[in-house]
Amino acid sequence: MNRFAELLDRLVMMPSRNGKLTLLTDYFRSVEDPDRGLGLAAITGDLNIAAVKPAMLRTLVMERMDPVLFGYSYDYVGDLAETVSLVWPDAPAHLKPNRHLTLGETVAALQAASRSDGPKVLARLLDNAGISARYAIIKLVTGGLRIGVSARLAKQALADFGKVDVSEIEELWHGLSPPYAELFAWLEGKADKPVKSAKALFRPVMLSNPVGDGDLEKLDPADYAAEWKWDGIRVQAVSEGGVRRLYSRTGDDISGAFPDLVDAMNFDGVLDGELLVGDPLKATGTFSELQQRLNRKAVSAKIREQYPVFVRCYDILQEGAEDRRALPFIERRGHLEAFVAALDPSRFDLSPLAPFANWAALEEMRRHPPHPVIEGVMLKRRDSPYLAGRPKGPWFKWKRDPHTVDAVLMYAQRGHGKRSSFYSDYTFGVWTGPEGAEELVPVGKAYFGFTDEELRQIDKFVRDNTIERFGPVRSVRADRSHGLVLEIAFEGLNRSTRHKSGVAMRFPRISRLRWDKPTHEADRIETLQALLD
Amino acid sequence: MRARDLLCPKPGGLYCAPGDFFIDPVRPVERALITHGHSDHARPGHGSVLATRETLDIMAIRCGEDFAGSTQAARFGETIAVNGVSVTFHPAGHVLGSAQIAVEYGGIRIVASGDYKRQPDATCAAFVPIPCDVFITEATFGLPVFKHPPDTEEVARILTSARQFPERSHLIGAYALGKAQRVIRLLRDAGYHETIYIHGALAKLCEYYESRGVALGDLQPATVEAGTKADFAGAIVVGTPSAFVDRWARRFPDPIACYASGWMRIRQRAKQLGVELPLIISDHADWDELTDTITETGAREVWVTHGREEALVRWCELSGISARPLHLVGYEDEGD
Repeated sequence: MNRFAELLDRLVMMPSRNGKLTLLTDYFRSVEDPDRGLGLAAITGDLNIAAVKPAMLRTLVMERMDPVLFGYSYDYVGDLAETVSLVWPDAPAHLKPNRHLTLGETVAALQAASRSDGPKVLARLLDNAGISARYAIIKLVTGGLRIGVSARLAKQALADFGKVDVSEIEELWHGLSPPYAELFAWLEGKADKPVKSAKALFRPVMLSNPVGDGDLEKLDPADYAAEWKWDGIRVQAVSEGGVRRLYSRTGDDISGAFPDLVDAMNFDGVLDGELLVGDPLKATGTFSELQQRLNRKAVSAKIREQYPVFVRCYDILQEGAEDRRALPFIERRGHLEAFVAALDPSRFDLSPLAPFANWAALEEMRRHPPHPVIEGVMLKRRDSPYLAGRPKGPWFKWKRDPHTVDAVLMYAQRGHGKRSSFYSDYTFGVWTGPEGAEELVPVGKAYFGFTDEELRQIDKFVRDNTIERFGPVRSVRADRSHGLVLEIAFEGLNRSTRHKSGVAMRFPRISRLRWDKPTHEADRIETLQALLD
Repeated sequence: MRARDLLCPKPGGLYCAPGDFFIDPVRPVERALITHGHSDHARPGHGSVLATRETLDIMAIRCGEDFAGSTQAARFGETIAVNGVSVTFHPAGHVLGSAQIAVEYGGIRIVASGDYKRQPDATCAAFVPIPCDVFITEATFGLPVFKHPPDTEEVARILTSARQFPERSHLIGAYALGKAQRVIRLLRDAGYHETIYIHGALAKLCEYYESRGVALGDLQPATVEAGTKADFAGAIVVGTPSAFVDRWARRFPDPIACYASGWMRIRQRAKQLGVELPLIISDHADWDELTDTITETGAREVWVTHGREEALVRWCELSGISARPLHLVGYEDEGD
């Protein structure tokens, strides 16, 4: 248990992705089965433990200490799980266990607990644990570790640990269950790769590369087919032997949020496509609307009706018993067209090919797409098989140019690692309010897009123009006559109720420093609002 | 006579009227008794200063040789009469030279703890509980949430991280007086014998600790002249917390920010400071040490100063000990 608790403590403080991967692989290497697999399951959200409500936790701790002292403590710390882990009284010396429980023993005790004796079992576990372990136990039972590690990152760590490609892990993942002993045995070279026996497993997806300078000159347009690049999310719809699953691009099972779509998956095969909102026969909705359906565990009938989803199909990987992945794109396309024709047209349609004569014509199409929910074009080599990963050459994405806006730097936060002594994360805003009483409203945050030299210049500006400090954050002088204008590039804009400005940028980055531009010439919020559908 | 006639809080600090002296005054006074060398307790400009030899030396290093009109060194356990009031210095276990001061007059003994801790510390003499009528305790970490783990466990975390990230340097933020030397000494005791690089602000105090018999091993200035950026790969660097925020830290490759402080117990606090490896190492008593110490002194009355007074006063009430906050001003709550 202590190793797992330590892992959580370290992960939550570690901002760097590589640092997190190192901590995870080190954990997999140094911890035994079944604990390492259970730790993994806790991180990926695959560990099944009956939840304990925060109110119950509070009741338990109040039975053990003065409520006034608990009140002072909770006020100071601000987080219930952390407060309880710290103030929970240690067991008296004569009742102390000879050794701490393992993660496996802890999980087993929690899983075996009935609804009525759950609180008692939890209390006993907390009695016998140290502070870090108590925190980890509370996190396990209250659900959601919130340690900044996605299931995807955990799978990448497994791949690093076993020196295999992450697509191999993704492909196996849904056929495995905690504590994943056979997976670890394979990754350590002690056993063969686990056999895929489960149905409706995820197939690693084929990804594209962005078109770079000079890439196209070397290529013959006749070798490529083009399609529109729709602004939804990439999904894989798998239906095999009565098992239906909808996967995200990274192999997360998202079926639960889309029961309406899963109902319509009355086929036997694997389709690759774009999940979009709307009715393909009538209208395709925006990404903003699609977001109403994303990241939900369950979805109400009202939301399903208001935001119906469908898949715009662009590839077929499996058709009945036939694996189609080795076929050339253009042959798969033929199978796909026939296959989709037999499906519910309100839930599945075909991503149309977009014929073009030469690269200049395609460039024109990319810049001026015929539909607002198109964000560019895709190029697929006609003779290319469906390959896992991101092979260079067969598939390209060519996005329309990003939107840009001139915003004013408002806050800067210190970075980490190589940037730990630099103010490198920037919050920027645009003008709002009536003429003569304009004020800045924050519209986004960006921490890349500039060179090292530019970083040094901005850092100096931040240090020279600080008006307030809050921990690692500095508030920077920004008014009508003074401040730094940043040209921000971004891919799109969503409505947001969480931000004061009412908008949230997608993929914002700094495209230019406008030292030359007076702050009062920066953009107004209305410019951004006009971009919202 | 009542205890509060012997010692009472004044704007300048804790004042003893019968002896006409202040303990740790925050502004210049005629006669000062000083518990330890941290700058919020040991200020320059007093007429005369009575303190331990080490505290006087540390004040001279930090404030200059002429920090007071005259000085007198107090030995631990030796009773000195100041205008008829008996004064005895006892070890406080906080930093090198740190003392509690027992003040005795008219049959009443009050012990002013200064800052103290109970965890073992190889860089200073251990705290000794002194029976008294009134115990004046600090309360920097006076909340039940503060529980300092054994310092050896925390130092082991640095060494684990150094093994996991051999290509990065570890920058440990630590107070220049006491904490820095303790962390270095803990690393040595844990078997780390590589060169440790230190910020310039630490040099004189580390030298002084060495001269008082606290071995710190090979220390080198963390200057760029000492080598290139890559030379600091895998290195452990100790400096004041403020130095790591500064441009100074740019000379190190992809540093991991560590911070040795009791505040690191609170995750949000560590996150706010941008700390990646929090080390819960404190030179102050944690909650259990505070309450155990109060019990051990047998004091019938407790006065609580700088820190979170209300929780400790509440604990005393629940334990049947009379207690009140002193509301002394001028001491840094953020210390440690």
